Amino acid sequence: MSDNILLEMKHIHKKFPGVYALKDVNFELRAGEVHALLGENGAGKSTLIKCLAGIYIPEEGEVIVKGQSHIMKSVADSQAHGISVIHQELCLVPYLSIAENMFLGRERNIAGVIKRGQENEEAKKMLSRLGLDFDPNTLIKDLSIAQQQMVEIAKALSVKADILVMDEPTASLTDKETEVLFETMRQLKAEGIGIIYISHRMSELFAITDRVTIMRDGQYVGTVNTRETTNDQLIAMMVGRELTQLYFKDEVKPGKVVIEVKDLVSPPFVNGVSFAVREGEIVGMSGLVGAGRSETAHCIFGIDGNYTGQILIDGKPVHIRSVRQAMQNGIAMVPENRKEEGLVLINSVGYNLTLTVLHEIFRGRPLGNSRMENDTITRYIQELAIKTPSAEQLAENLSGGNQQKIVIAKWLATKPKLLILDEPTRGVDVGARAEIYGFMNELAKQGVAILMISSDLPEVINMSDRVLVMHEGKITANLGKNELSQEIIMSFATGTGGKVNAA
Amino acid sequence: MPLDNTLKAQNGFVRYFKENMGTLIGLLIMCVILSFTTNGVFYSQRNLVNVLRQVSSNACLAFGMTFAIITGGIDLSVGSILALSGTLSAGFIVNSGFSVQQAVIAAIVIGTCLGLFNGFVIAKTTIPPFIVTLAMMQIARGAAYIYSNGQPIRAMIPEYQVIGTGYLGPIPYPVIYMAVFLIICVVLLSKTRFGRHVYAVGGNDKAAIFSGVNVARTKMLVYTMSGFLAAFTGVVLCARMASGQPTAGQSFEMDAIAATVLGGTSMSGGVGKIGSTMIGVLIIGVLNNGLNLLGLNSFWQQIAKGIVILLAVYVDMLKKRRK
Repeated sequence: MSDNILLEMKHIHKKFPGVYALKDVNFELRAGEVHALLGENGAGKSTLIKCLAGIYIPEEGEVIVKGQSHIMKSVADSQAHGISVIHQELCLVPYLSIAENMFLGRERNIAGVIKRGQENEEAKKMLSRLGLDFDPNTLIKDLSIAQQQMVEIAKALSVKADILVMDEPTASLTDKETEVLFETMRQLKAEGIGIIYISHRMSELFAITDRVTIMRDGQYVGTVNTRETTNDQLIAMMVGRELTQLYFKDEVKPGKVVIEVKDLVSPPFVNGVSFAVREGEIVGMSGLVGAGRSETAHCIFGIDGNYTGQILIDGKPVHIRSVRQAMQNGIAMVPENRKEEGLVLINSVGYNLTLTVLHEIFRGRPLGNSRMENDTITRYIQELAIKTPSAEQLAENLSGGNQQKIVIAKWLATKPKLLILDEPTRGVDVGARAEIYGFMNELAKQGVAILMISSDLPEVINMSDRVLVMHEGKITANLGKNELSQEIIMSFATGTGGKVNAA
Repeated sequence: MPLDNTLKAQNGFVRYFKENMGTLIGLLIMCVILSFTTNGVFYSQRNLVNVLRQVSSNACLAFGMTFAIITGGIDLSVGSILALSGTLSAGFIVNSGFSVQQAVIAAIVIGTCLGLFNGFVIAKTTIPPFIVTLAMMQIARGAAYIYSNGQPIRAMIPEYQVIGTGYLGPIPYPVIYMAVFLIICVVLLSKTRFGRHVYAVGGNDKAAIFSGVNVARTKMLVYTMSGFLAAFTGVVLCARMASGQPTAGQSFEMDAIAATVLGGTSMSGGVGKIGSTMIGVLIIGVLNNGLNLLGLNSFWQQIAKGIVILLAVYVDMLKKRRK
């Protein structure tokens, strides 16, 4: 590896009202290296990148690009210095062609008339440099996500960038597509381009990066050579402590049946589902996307009131056609998408925490019981260790993990008998994940029945007492703790059920 | 992490001034300028009472509008419901031989029902509130014209007129109505469960559903309330003029929206306060009154209003972006 340093960021400080987003952060990028930026959500990675891209201007610190000290004043300024950022959400116009997208904003033209031929030719040259054989006239909407990603890279290179920032480029790619992307990245490395790579997937860091810089709470933690480090060391640096165990699951003797579901049908996704969950039991629900897991939960929780079949709570048949009725029966649900279904983001933490218990706070008191309200808010912020400067902070300003804790807290406040968790740790960083598993374990010990829908197989296997697998709206397996493995779950989830067993 | 509850502990008034600093300063500057340019006429008791009476109808409509906009909707039908209820109240007395009491109650009930209908359609279908209330705006206006044959219905009945022209001490009745509705709406929005639900529906209706909030009922109540306020205002206005005017309240919905937006309520929902809307109402009222006193004709007033709205909202956005 050459010691040719492309970029240095020294002692960068960036303050937002009341908080340091970046505090004395250092970063260095060499020519021909892939340098990962690693940290939990809210660690300051994107803020640092925005300082480099000219979206934010740091208050203090120095940025040295190719030997020249220069603080980026705008995105155009940053691009002029050879820095190109590929954002997580692709910024291509779907109904324009590849070439049109590549030259958007800097069209090759004579007196305003576009030189289509020249654009196509240049685009083709750029694409072939990446080993791509696309027709530049192809519309973006006709490309796969991975192909669009490649076009983004080609576009970035066409502005003569030698510093490339990739923010979670593999988030929506399949394994195969990821491999193609990595091949391209290796080629770019060989050409002396420096790549800053942001990803949460540890395995990828070991596959593609040369060095890793770790950030935590807006501060620089350290830089290590990928070849000399381990998974555990990286996690420890990220979380700030030795995370000896991610999963906490104690043995709990299940009590009486809390909920029993019989022949639940709600076309097209739920086609005859029956199961039961007992006190103190954590039942995992696995399956592919579209298998009808969330839809089943929506029937039980009263979101979908048009089901047929029977739901029994404590052995008694109940009528659940609205969320209100579900709540009256002691059912709580942490939905799949906390930003869309879980939180009123533009309102405060306290407001969100009490949204489910307003009927108690306002019972017999038209103007509410503010003492009870404050007690509830304070209690759950402390109990779930929600990191927020105050209860008045807007929910949208919290990290993903803390937002998820608010959603969990607002349902714990209803003292549920049955807690349904739909993808409880999606988009949650590793520290908060461990905490959430801790809460689940604690709740189970207190006798709460938990139904956990999850696509994260290690999570399902490690946290569940039992796993139900769904396929095409039906439960295809009910697996005990000692029969669990990723292969068996997947075989039932894909409908080839039991073949692994037989083999 | 220690919990910072200072914001909570803050006095409600201090908080109100902090939140509305920009518009309050704007209002103050306008008042100061007017005190110099009108030789004190602006500050005469008669004029100040006049301003309050003039803004009272817009205030009542704007309170309802604030609720609708916070839920992420809008109510374009208020001006027309106002006209219909006002016309009906006069007509019921003159044409149908109702007592004043019966006529007023019936007219308000009908206007409120139109609001309920708005709310019902908005809650039960996916038709956007803009469209639903736009349709109601046409329907109610048309109904007012049909009922009155397009002519004002004279109702020179003291018992009726007093609703709009009466005084309690030095204070005109319409100002008292405004004050009462102001207090009720402030309490409803900031202190009650219903108020919480209004913010939840506009802030994120999906999350509201997933939290057990009855979104449909909340929307219905909001538009019913807006309809009631419009109907009530219509009766007061027509009583004051001693005539049911089917043309009353033309473009009143726009003034109500302007006042709400001036107060900082977000058009995308989830954010807003009645107290802030009241400042917006006063800004528009003082602006109209001041330009009148200065002898500028009403066409110029419209231009001035437009400029003030643009400026105020721009300043508000700058303030928020800096946060």
